[in-house]
Amino acid sequence: MSTLTGTGTLLHLAWRRDRVLIPVSLLALTALSVGSAQATIDLYPTDEAARNGLGSVLTNPSVVAMYGPVAATNRDALSVFKTVLMGAVFVGLLAYAVVRRHTRLEEEVGRLELVGAGVVGRRAPLTAAMTLAALAVVGASLLTTIGLIAVGLDATGSVAMGVAWMIAGLAMVGVTAVAAQLTTSARACAGIALSALAAMFVLRAIGDTARGSVAVISWVSPLGWASKVSAYGGNRFWVLGLAVALAVALVALAFSLLDRRDLGAGLVAARPGPARAKDGLGTPLVLVWHLARPAALGWLAAFVILGAVLGGLVGSVADMASDQSVVDMLKALGGSAGSITDIFLATELAFVAVAAAAAGISLALRLASEERAGRGEPVLATATSRNAWLGAHALPAFALPAALLLALGLVVALVSGGQDEAPGTVSMLAASASRLPAVAVLVAVALLASAALPIRAPAIGWGALAVAFALGEFGATVGLPDWLVKVSPFAHAPQLPGGNFSPTSAIVLCAVAALLTGLAFSAYRRRDAA
Amino acid sequence: MNTVIETRDLRKTFGATVALDGLDLTVPEGEVHGFLGPNGSGKSTTIRILLGLTRPDSGHTSLFGGDPWADATELHRRVAYVPGDVALWPNLTGGEVIDVLSRLRGGIDEGRRADLIERFELDPRKKSRSYSKGNRQKVALIAALASDAPLLILDEPTSGLDPLMERVFQDELRAARSRGHSVLLSSHILSEVEHACERVSIVRAGRIVESGTLADLRHLSRSTVHAVVRSPVAQDISQWAGVSDVLVDGGRTEVRFSVDAPHVGDAVSRLDRLGLTSLTCEPASLEDLFLAHYSAPPEGVPVA
Repeated sequence: MSTLTGTGTLLHLAWRRDRVLIPVSLLALTALSVGSAQATIDLYPTDEAARNGLGSVLTNPSVVAMYGPVAATNRDALSVFKTVLMGAVFVGLLAYAVVRRHTRLEEEVGRLELVGAGVVGRRAPLTAAMTLAALAVVGASLLTTIGLIAVGLDATGSVAMGVAWMIAGLAMVGVTAVAAQLTTSARACAGIALSALAAMFVLRAIGDTARGSVAVISWVSPLGWASKVSAYGGNRFWVLGLAVALAVALVALAFSLLDRRDLGAGLVAARPGPARAKDGLGTPLVLVWHLARPAALGWLAAFVILGAVLGGLVGSVADMASDQSVVDMLKALGGSAGSITDIFLATELAFVAVAAAAAGISLALRLASEERAGRGEPVLATATSRNAWLGAHALPAFALPAALLLALGLVVALVSGGQDEAPGTVSMLAASASRLPAVAVLVAVALLASAALPIRAPAIGWGALAVAFALGEFGATVGLPDWLVKVSPFAHAPQLPGGNFSPTSAIVLCAVAALLTGLAFSAYRRRDAA
Repeated sequence: MNTVIETRDLRKTFGATVALDGLDLTVPEGEVHGFLGPNGSGKSTTIRILLGLTRPDSGHTSLFGGDPWADATELHRRVAYVPGDVALWPNLTGGEVIDVLSRLRGGIDEGRRADLIERFELDPRKKSRSYSKGNRQKVALIAALASDAPLLILDEPTSGLDPLMERVFQDELRAARSRGHSVLLSSHILSEVEHACERVSIVRAGRIVESGTLADLRHLSRSTVHAVVRSPVAQDISQWAGVSDVLVDGGRTEVRFSVDAPHVGDAVSRLDRLGLTSLTCEPASLEDLFLAHYSAPPEGVPVA
């Protein structure tokens, strides 16, 4: 029996399980790039109009840090400037999700053991997972290339755009394949792979915004390569070679790790733990916190690093203050009145709030995932009431985003302290805190979904965040009506620092969050535990 | 004697599936009660209703005289539960899980905890992720048996245990009983129930079809008779009162048949007249009882 026997069957099985996830993701990614390009060329139909409207804006470091450098100042390059890198990140996330789902996650729950006992080669499950992920990546690239050519963008550049996405996707296939071999837990695999993706993003953000020789650092990051393809500019197709080489090397590493380890084991051997629980570990809240702590500390570390990066950029942002078009662009992206630094920070806080909401949602969804895994039942069979168990999840789900936003605000204030334009500590903390009501609404949606519909909770919780983010970020760009954009809680968050704070909005958002949370408690008390 | 568990006419449907169809179950204080039935017959649904995890569509349930749904938290201080499919937090050790579950319930007997870990040969320092099914069951069993809860509800608790550990479990059930605790033991392992339980209830398609002591149930059913006689038996043996399933060998001196309990004496005295040289008479095993109830489709209940 070859080590690849059964790959075809497993690939078929994996496709059967992902036949909704992958097509929906591909369509959403294509809609994102094509819709955004269409909206831009409607506004700026010629190279000159686009150059005048957008060109100078896009050299601003805060924009470059988030979206990557612009390939060229022609219409086509400007029409995809928002989606080259963001799309590459999403394609990378899709590749990660598919590989992890069919490897370490299957192994942890024991299904791979069932499969492994059949006529299945040792390398077949990993090969099938990587093949499916690579097909999804290629599919996303092809669809977006075809879509962009269809709306009238340059054909060669459109192919290069697809190549940029493919680079990020293939790199994440390799990274996740290796991460899946390292530890026995699927959660740890997620942590390793997503940290690698975040590191790629931060490295290229530093390289893309730095002056001088530090700029080379972008070439270390596969997400940097995605920008270096320079779609609609240099169209450097050879960069794909780097990604293929990296992916091949990572896949070879993953296979050699796989060949050396036992099924179900990781490279990092599990150490014996304590024979007794610590004294405090005996209330629902402490238990939930104990289980969520590693993830929460990971989030905190990420926010502190992000705060340091943003604080460090404050100085260079002030240099750009002379250019009025930069100010206009940042305002359009979500900034408000105030100094250029204020606008920059308000824009970045809008993105940070989405990440903070994701952290809170992931905690709120634990209530449902514990129940689905059968671990909620033994707890509810003890003297733990439904209210106490739900409350033990609700409290950290609301507290974590608050802690993350405040920590980031504090770090930004400390790192940027002393710069002329930097806001003070108090106003930075207030600006961070002002995003909390909007975040709380989304956390409360996830909590209600967990409490009422545990099976559908992840789809509802993450779907609500995706919709709120898309409406807030792209709604106005694509030209959606105002009332629809306003459905997103993020559309009601004040543009602080610098902007006006509307107590009414904050109170309404808090009231909505409180109402949804109240409904969650009520629904959870009434239904059968699954 | 006080009643610990009482359900009357319990009904529960999940969509089109009828899980419970008028289930009546009574467990008096201090009794080890076997709750028998195959997969999907409604055992786990009943247990989940008793624990207040699921609400019945109709019918009455009482646990220690209280309502398991409304008074769940208070009642659970007096109940220790072992689920059929034990899921543990993968990154906690077995020892930590035992402590967490006992503390959430309201305490543990430290001496018995240490003793049970030793007797069940559990390594409490291993992460739950690496435990086999049997070891996960041991964790849940130790947390339950080391508690001082006066009622143990055990849902197929030994399906992953090896025979040695099964014996330890049987000993612990006896110990719980001698402490005056009550046990509801759901199982489809008949020998386990035969060893441990004073009374059993057999559930089929969501209702109890038989309930009583093992002796009672045996009395209701048939015994198997195997006899060797000197004179050949006549053809009419299958006409004898209460006799069926007759097998006669070629020489007509060796016979095997089953007979209803009230007619055993009658059949034996007829055999005696033929000159008995050997006779064995076996009461129905729990397995026979069980198979008797399950070999025919239930009356009035659509087969799912």
